[in-house]
Amino acid sequence: MSVEIKTTSIEPIRQTYGHTQRRFGDKPATRYQEASFDIQSTTNFHYRPLYDHQFELYDPDHTALKMCDWYAFSDPRQFYYGAWVANRDAMQKNAENSFSFFEKRNLGSRLSDEAKQLVIKTLLPLRHMEMGANMNNVGIAGDAYGTTISQAHMFHGMDRLATAQYLSRIGLLIDDTPGVVLAEAKQLWMEDPAWQGVRRYVEDSFVIKDWAELSVAQNLVFDGLLYPYLNDHLEAELDELGGGDIAILTDFMGDWFKDGTRFIDALFKTLAAESEANREQLNRWIQHWHERAVEALEPIVGKAGIASSQALLAKRLTKLGLDTDAVASHY
Amino acid sequence: MNAKTSKRLNMKDRYRIMTRDLAWEPSYQRHEDIFPQEDFEGIKIVDWSQWEDPFRLTMDNYWKFQAEKERKLYAIFDAVSQNNGQMNVSDPRYLNAVKLFITAVTPLEYNAYKGYARVGRQFGGVGARIACQMQSIDELRHTQTQIHAMSHYNKYFGGMHDFPHMFDRVWYLSVPKSFFEDASTAGPFEFLTAISFSFEYVLTNLLFLPFMSGAAYNGDMNTVTFGFSAQSDEARHMTLGLEIIKFILEQHEDNVPIVQKWLDKWLWRGYRLLSIVGMMMDYMLPNKVMSWAEAWEMYYEEAGGALFKELERYGIRPPKFAEQTVIGKNHVSHQTWFVFYQYGHATAFNTWIPTAKEMDWLSEKYPDTFDRLYRPRFELLAEKAAKGERFYNNTLPQLCQICQIPLAITEPDDDTMISHRDTVHEGERYHFCSDGCRDIFHNEPEKYVQAWLPVHQILQGNCGGADMEKVIGDYYRIEMGEDNLEFEGSPEQRRWKQWKQAV
Ligand SMILES: [Fe+2]
Ligand SMILES: [Fe+2]
Ligand SMILES: [Zn+2]
Repeated sequence: MSVEIKTTSIEPIRQTYGHTQRRFGDKPATRYQEASFDIQSTTNFHYRPLYDHQFELYDPDHTALKMCDWYAFSDPRQFYYGAWVANRDAMQKNAENSFSFFEKRNLGSRLSDEAKQLVIKTLLPLRHMEMGANMNNVGIAGDAYGTTISQAHMFHGMDRLATAQYLSRIGLLIDDTPGVVLAEAKQLWMEDPAWQGVRRYVEDSFVIKDWAELSVAQNLVFDGLLYPYLNDHLEAELDELGGGDIAILTDFMGDWFKDGTRFIDALFKTLAAESEANREQLNRWIQHWHERAVEALEPIVGKAGIASSQALLAKRLTKLGLDTDAVASHY
Repeated sequence: MNAKTSKRLNMKDRYRIMTRDLAWEPSYQRHEDIFPQEDFEGIKIVDWSQWEDPFRLTMDNYWKFQAEKERKLYAIFDAVSQNNGQMNVSDPRYLNAVKLFITAVTPLEYNAYKGYARVGRQFGGVGARIACQMQSIDELRHTQTQIHAMSHYNKYFGGMHDFPHMFDRVWYLSVPKSFFEDASTAGPFEFLTAISFSFEYVLTNLLFLPFMSGAAYNGDMNTVTFGFSAQSDEARHMTLGLEIIKFILEQHEDNVPIVQKWLDKWLWRGYRLLSIVGMMMDYMLPNKVMSWAEAWEMYYEEAGGALFKELERYGIRPPKFAEQTVIGKNHVSHQTWFVFYQYGHATAFNTWIPTAKEMDWLSEKYPDTFDRLYRPRFELLAEKAAKGERFYNNTLPQLCQICQIPLAITEPDDDTMISHRDTVHEGERYHFCSDGCRDIFHNEPEKYVQAWLPVHQILQGNCGGADMEKVIGDYYRIEMGEDNLEFEGSPEQRRWKQWKQAV
C-alpha cells in the first residue's frame, strides 16, 4: 500500500450492504451485523430435500414456534466466527495453563482415592453427555432458520465437543495407566443404574424433531440443572475429600456455562416475547423436559443438588418471561 | 508418574480418546431413528470404525490455529480500509470479478456451512461427524471473511450491495444456487461425494486459484489474503473428500455403481458451473493469470486423470462425458462472455468488449477457436458500440433444465451449432444444453422438474411482472445504470478517474 492518497476526496457511495442498511440504517455496520443478518437464502429454493420432502431446504417450520422475523434474536456476545475463535482461543490458553500447572506440580498424585472415585463416578461419564450435546447443537444449527440462531448453536456445539475433550484429558491426567479410568467411567455410563436416567434422557433427545424443543431440553433445562451442581456442589464435595485441586481443571466449565447461558437466555427471552402462543409452547416443553431431567439427574447430583439448581433455573425463567410453576413444584 | 504416562499415549490413541471413544452404542433409541438419513441412498456402511480420520485436530488446537489466522487476516482488512486499498487494483474493470465472487460464490460457502452441519449431525460414525463439523465452521468462516473482505469494496463499487437477495433471484445466479441446492437436498453420502470429493477435491483448484491469483495479479489485497488464509482449511477439506470416497467404496461393492453415477453427475455439473469462472479468467481479469483452457488442462486433465487412475482399482471409471469437457475448454469462456455481454443490462456488473491487446492474448491462447469464431463476433460488436449502438439482447433465452445456463453452448462435434437436447416427461417437454445435463435429468426426473428456472418464472409473472426494467430494478435490486450495462462510460469508470486524480 504505497500509494499516497488525499483521502478526503475519495468518498464512499454507501456505508454498508443493502440488507444490513435496511435493518440497521445507513451507517457503518459492525462486523457481527454484516456477517450474521439476512445472509441466508430465503426464497426460490429449487428442490425439496430428498430426506425431508415436507420442508424447503431452509424452512422456518422446523419448529412449532413462530416468529415474524427470525433475526429478532441477536447474540449478546456478538459472536461471528472470528470473534468466537478469538474468544475461545483466550479461554483455551487459560485452560492450557491450568492443565500444565496441574501436570507440572503432579497434583494428580496428591488426589485422595475417594476424590478420584468421585471424579470417575460423577464427572467423567459426562464426556458422553457432552458428545450428545455436541450432536444436538450441531443438529439445531442445521435446522434452525436464520444465521444468528444457527451460528450460535453451531459454536455452542463445538464448545461442547471441546468440553468432552477437556473432560477426557482430566481422565487421562488422573490415571496411572491412561485410558483405564475413562473406560471405567464409560462402563458406568453404559450400565450403572444411577447413570441410565441421564443416558436415556440424552438418547431420547436425539430423536426430538423440533429444534427449539431440543434446545429447551438440552441447553435450557438439562444444562440448567446440571451445571450449577458441577460448578458449586461438586467442587465443594471434592474439596472435602481432598480433591480440591481438580477445581483447577474444571474451572473452565463454569466460565463456559456462564458464557453459553448469555446466548441461551437471550434466545428464549426473544422467542417467548414474540407471542403468547410461543410462550405457552415453551412452557409446555419446559415442564415436560424438566420433569424428565430431574428424574434423570437426581441419582447423580442428589436431592439437595437438584433443589438448588431448580431455584436458579426458576430465577432465570422468571427473567425470560417464562413460567416457574413447572420447576418450582419439586422443591 | 501420572503425567508421564499420559504423555506416552501416541497421537492416534489420544485422538481416539478425544473423539471416537466419546460415542457409544445407544440402547434406548434405535440407531436408525437417531440417524434417519443414513440408509435411504442405498449406501451400505458395514463398519464405521474403519473410517480413517482425515486430520486429527482437537478443538483446543483448532482454536489456536484458526485464531492466529484470523488475527493476521483482519489486520490486513483493517489496513486496506484505512489506506484506501481499493485504489491499488490494476484497473476498475477488475472489481467486476469481485462482484461476481460475492454474489455467486460467497452464498455457496454459506450453503456449505449448513450442509456440513446437517451431515455433521447425521452420520452414524463419530469420526466422520466431527470431520464434517469442523468443515462446517470453516465454511462459515469463509462466508464471513469474504463478507468482511468485500465490505470495504462494497462502499466504493456497485453490484455487491445485495448479494444474498440477488443470489436468490437473479437469472445467472440460479446456476450456482441450483448447483449447491442440488447437493444440499441430496442424502448425506451424495452431499459429500458432490461437495467434498467432486468439488473440493477434484475441482477446487479451478475455482480458488483463478480468483486468488487473479486478485494477486490485479492488486486486490483483501481477496488474496482471505484466499491464502482459507487454503489450509481447504487442505483439510480435500483430505476429507478423498477419505469419504475411499471409505464408501471400501465398505461395500454395491456402493460402487451408486458412487459412479454421482461422480458422473457432479463432474458435469461442476464443469458447467465453472464456465462462469472460465469467463472471469479470460475476459474479466485485466491482468491475466492463465487461460481457462490451460487451467482445465493442468487441474482437471492432468491432476484429475491421475486421480481417476487411482480409483480404478475400486472399479471406478473416469466420469462420463469427461471427453466433452476437453473439447469445450476452447469454447466455453468465449460463449459465456458473449451471453453476459448481450444480457449486460441484467447483470450486477459491467460488461465490455475486450481491448485489442486482450484479443491478441485470446488469439494466442486459443489458436484453434478464437480468431475463427469469436474475434469476428467481438469486432462486429465493437464496431456497433462505436456507432452508439451497443448491443443488448431483449429476448429471453431458453435455459437448461439442469445447469440453468442459457442454451448458447455449441455441439461437441460441431462448433457452429448450438447444442440443444430435450425430453418429454409426464407430458411436459424439458430442454437441456447437453447430453450430460439430459442424463442427469433422466436419473432423477422428480427432482429436476422442480427447478426454479428464472426465465420461466419471469414469463409466469413471478418476478414482479412482464416489464424487464422492473424485474431487473425492483425484483433483482440491480440498480439501473449504476450496477449494470457497458463499462465504457459507466459511473464506475467515471468515479474511478476522479478518484485517481485525487491520488
Ligand atoms: Fe469454503
Ligand atoms: Fe471448503
Ligand atoms: Zn445444462
